[in-house]
Amino acid sequence: MSEELLNLTLHVWRQNGANDAGRFETHQASDISTHMSFLEMLDVVNEELIEKGEQPIAFDYDCREGICGTCGMVINGMAHGPQKLTTTCQLHMRQFNDGDEIWLEPWRASGFPVIKDLVVDRSALDRIIQAGGYISIRTGSASEANELPVAKEDADKAMDAAECIGCGACVAACPNASASLFTAAKIAHLSLLPQGQAERRDRARKMVAQMDAEGFGGCTNHGECEAACPKGVSLRWIARMNRELVRAMVKADTPIQRRDRAS
Amino acid sequence: MQGALTLHQTTVGKKVIMAVSGFILVGFVIGHLLGNLQLYLGPEAINGYAAKLHSMPPVVWTARLVLLFAVGVHIASAFSLWARNTQARGSRYKQRKDLATDYAARTMYWSGPILLAFIVYHLLHFTILPAHPGDVYRNVVEGFQVPLIAAFYIVGNIALGFHLFHGVYSAFQSLGANHPRYNNYRRDLAIAICAVVTIGDLSFPIAVLAGFVTL
Amino acid sequence: MELRSNEPTGPIEHRWEKHKEASKLVAPANRRKYNIIVVGSGLAGGAAAASLGEMGYNVQCFCYQDSARRAHSIAAQGGINAAKNYQNDGDSVYRLFYDTVKGGDFRSRESNVYRLAELSVNIIDQAVAQGVPFAREYGGLLANRSFGGAQVSRTFYARGQTGQQLLLGAYQALSRQIEAGTVQMHTRTEMLDLIVHEGRARGIVTRCMKTGKIGAHIADMVVLCTGGYGNVFYLSTNAKGCNVTAAWRAHRHGAAFANPCYTQIHPTCIPQAGSYQSKLTLMSESLRNDGRVWVPRKTEDVTKRPEDIPEADRYYYLEERYPAFGNLVPRDVASRNALYVCNEGLGVGPEVDGERRAVYLDFADAINRLGEQTIRERYGNLFEMYERITGDSPYDTPMRIYPATHYTMGGLWVDYNLQTTIPGLFAGGEANFSDHGANRLGASALMQGLADGYFVLPFTVGNYLGEVRTLPPLAEDHPDVKQAVAGVSERIRKLMNAPDPKYPPEHFHRLLGKIIWTKCGMSRNKAGLEEALLEIPRLRDQFWREVKITGEGEELNQTLERAGRIADFFELGELMCLDALEREESCGGHFREEHEENGEALRDDENFSYVAAWEWTGNPAEPRLHKEPLSFEYVKPSKRSYK
Repeated sequence: MSEELLNLTLHVWRQNGANDAGRFETHQASDISTHMSFLEMLDVVNEELIEKGEQPIAFDYDCREGICGTCGMVINGMAHGPQKLTTTCQLHMRQFNDGDEIWLEPWRASGFPVIKDLVVDRSALDRIIQAGGYISIRTGSASEANELPVAKEDADKAMDAAECIGCGACVAACPNASASLFTAAKIAHLSLLPQGQAERRDRARKMVAQMDAEGFGGCTNHGECEAACPKGVSLRWIARMNRELVRAMVKADTPIQRRDRAS
Repeated sequence: MQGALTLHQTTVGKKVIMAVSGFILVGFVIGHLLGNLQLYLGPEAINGYAAKLHSMPPVVWTARLVLLFAVGVHIASAFSLWARNTQARGSRYKQRKDLATDYAARTMYWSGPILLAFIVYHLLHFTILPAHPGDVYRNVVEGFQVPLIAAFYIVGNIALGFHLFHGVYSAFQSLGANHPRYNNYRRDLAIAICAVVTIGDLSFPIAVLAGFVTL
Repeated sequence: MELRSNEPTGPIEHRWEKHKEASKLVAPANRRKYNIIVVGSGLAGGAAAASLGEMGYNVQCFCYQDSARRAHSIAAQGGINAAKNYQNDGDSVYRLFYDTVKGGDFRSRESNVYRLAELSVNIIDQAVAQGVPFAREYGGLLANRSFGGAQVSRTFYARGQTGQQLLLGAYQALSRQIEAGTVQMHTRTEMLDLIVHEGRARGIVTRCMKTGKIGAHIADMVVLCTGGYGNVFYLSTNAKGCNVTAAWRAHRHGAAFANPCYTQIHPTCIPQAGSYQSKLTLMSESLRNDGRVWVPRKTEDVTKRPEDIPEADRYYYLEERYPAFGNLVPRDVASRNALYVCNEGLGVGPEVDGERRAVYLDFADAINRLGEQTIRERYGNLFEMYERITGDSPYDTPMRIYPATHYTMGGLWVDYNLQTTIPGLFAGGEANFSDHGANRLGASALMQGLADGYFVLPFTVGNYLGEVRTLPPLAEDHPDVKQAVAGVSERIRKLMNAPDPKYPPEHFHRLLGKIIWTKCGMSRNKAGLEEALLEIPRLRDQFWREVKITGEGEELNQTLERAGRIADFFELGELMCLDALEREESCGGHFREEHEENGEALRDDENFSYVAAWEWTGNPAEPRLHKEPLSFEYVKPSKRSYK
């Protein structure tokens, strides 16, 4: 595809720490190749800022191939930008036109305090997994892998749910800043496999309790999370989480403690 | 150390409560519509129906208590979720583009209160302080002949329609029923209930205003 | 420095068992008295931290990413090998061992490789029990595929996201230990130095990347699972954050660095589109099963649209040069030949810095033969990824590909216990040099990371602690600690206050990468390496003089983070060139142009059958070389030929 050069106006959210009010700053991005990735465009802007003696725009990134889940920003009101099933790092500038104004904002959620500019603290998602998003199996004590067959359909569904990269776009896109899709994907993944049955009830209760404790909103079934998810994780897993939780609440003999938001 | 976790304390539980109470209210709304359709059969039919209902106080009061309870927990859960969800965003986006949600879903927090105001008015108008106690037919026709009152009923029922559409579709999700093979039926059902109830309910003020139903 | 491999002797199939039996143990009640630092949370680090925590040790785990789940192990697509022989096609532990030694071009340690093959089966059991959703057959059993030219189907996979799913398995195990309180996780925390006290590794100095705070963490031992150094090339398939700093700081404290010039080049990556390019993306090698590689025969055709070049003017160079293997020649051969045709001016695609560096990978024939639907089923997701990045659809026009650095076989020298030459400092996963020799087989990286993390380190760490029993307490105000902390602060101050600040750190990284890539890449020669050894120190001096970092050190400062890593890449790059220069042979991905026979790599077993372990002397230009001789009792060295 032929290369074109774009001139863009960026309105970038700048914020120095969680206690700063934050503001938009306007920067020009000139002669941007349509073959650049979105983050490469920001790299170019940042190198110019450094050479001018100014502070570069802070944004998270790592693998730049759409799998690590580190990057993410709200671009023109859309988490990860306008292209479907695409992380910010995989978004390319051919999705934009010469003269475009681009608004860049961090994931906005009380559960994700801003560290700097577009960098947010997503450790709440780690704590949701720590609450119970695992199968407790001691290293070395596993039985022979093929001993327990798993229906291909179940394995495939578990894989669908397990594709979540933990980027937090679901939270960013949700009108309620809910982490339901993230939490549900893990609950669903593990509940679909025979290996995950033993801790099924505790897992659902503990993970939901932690999700709530972190200050995320509740799901009100808008579907924005699914639309923003770069991996296409389905809303059906939220329904499954709801089912898992109700079942666990009704069936379990021993109660679960409410959980705190970690500092 | 915190206490034990109960279902209604979780965001998931709150939605489950809203879904269950919502289904009770949807059931009532459908039954209510069916009863009201007797308006078209003339004064004797609908007044007789009303008299028959009122001759069974235990039934009526049980239903009223159940409905009151359903409305109560529905609103309480909604309010608690609303408070929580507003907090959860923190600072607002300067730019925001919705990709999936629809008008009905986005306006639940508007259609809900409008509906509540409408229900309160509706109860005062026809149940608690009727102009002609015992004569339902006359109350309805005289009421709807006042354009302002008819308009309010029309607005209230449109709000009900939107609320029902998202409510019914979404209640299945809240209760854990989402399956790619059956989701189309879910949407069809939501549309059907919403359409029948809205068209049915709107027909009354319109029919009276248009002069199809007179004293 | 003495290199003692500490390999057990006797029949190879009993060595690991025998070694375990002879090793010291730490009683369960005593384990909580020991503090262990694990740096890195990928397959090796995450698995090790989780397993050690579960055993009852006090573990502190560190990663530079914002979550342990983001380590670059996550990006591995293809799969993981295991000698399960589920397909009844004659696979065995011995065969996997044999293939790995041979694939490594006879430059790895047999005992280690055998143990790796042996443990491969346990890894699959462990991962399945953790809920890793491997692909399955309709009968519900695990599915396998053949990978990277292996003659058996021993590769387990989870769609194209095997690395991701295995890493999430380890991450979840780690999360469980964090919840249990046995592991304390430090994210966004970068190790910037090692603390050595009385000859033993006793802690690390870190910088909190959120606040810039420099701090010391003291422990009884340190385990480095910090990945590879492919980013020395600037452009590689590694994540942007991957760096050598932790390993390099250990090296500067006395840990030998082994075979630094052994890097793996992957032939099917998406080529560079412009000078702004920040990384390269790998596509599965399986594409070569159906794609035909070609370039124009005439230099004047390189700017034409590929569709407009007639068949007679297309140079299918792999098919012509290697009629037997054609487009399926091994990685190093495919990569090197792409380099050569581009050097001849036949490269295609956009010009970057005055050169066209790409070749076509054409599916037109395969689409004609098999139909677009079949090709879509086989490669649909790869074609989509290619189109997302380049804007071209491979259904309509040939893909453009070019080799890129993908993995580094070199790393910290370790013995059979994975202990470096510093007592108490262990290295696992890609950070060590141990199992892949001069070339890594496909689907073996995940296997090695997890074998080290789940099954080797938990055991050998216990052996070390059982041997040393109690270490003297080390206080934070001890001169060894204070000096290390002061050194880190001083280095940051120096970086922030270059005398003549002009350019951002990336400017220098790009220049360094270019030198290493052209002169110490897939094809090297003496003259080029000697040039590089003059250029690198010059550029390094310029870097320290002219690097420009804005903002403060005491806050989130990504420019500073990168600058510190680049500074270490300069020293490593020099060592790579020295190592490549010293190794007067061609083996694996390491091709010395002076040592070839009819264009093929010529290994020199007589003189170079050893591990080159380099000791830091204080002068980056004059490291001291130590040789660990390699002997092959089981797999006798043979010649690779693909003609």
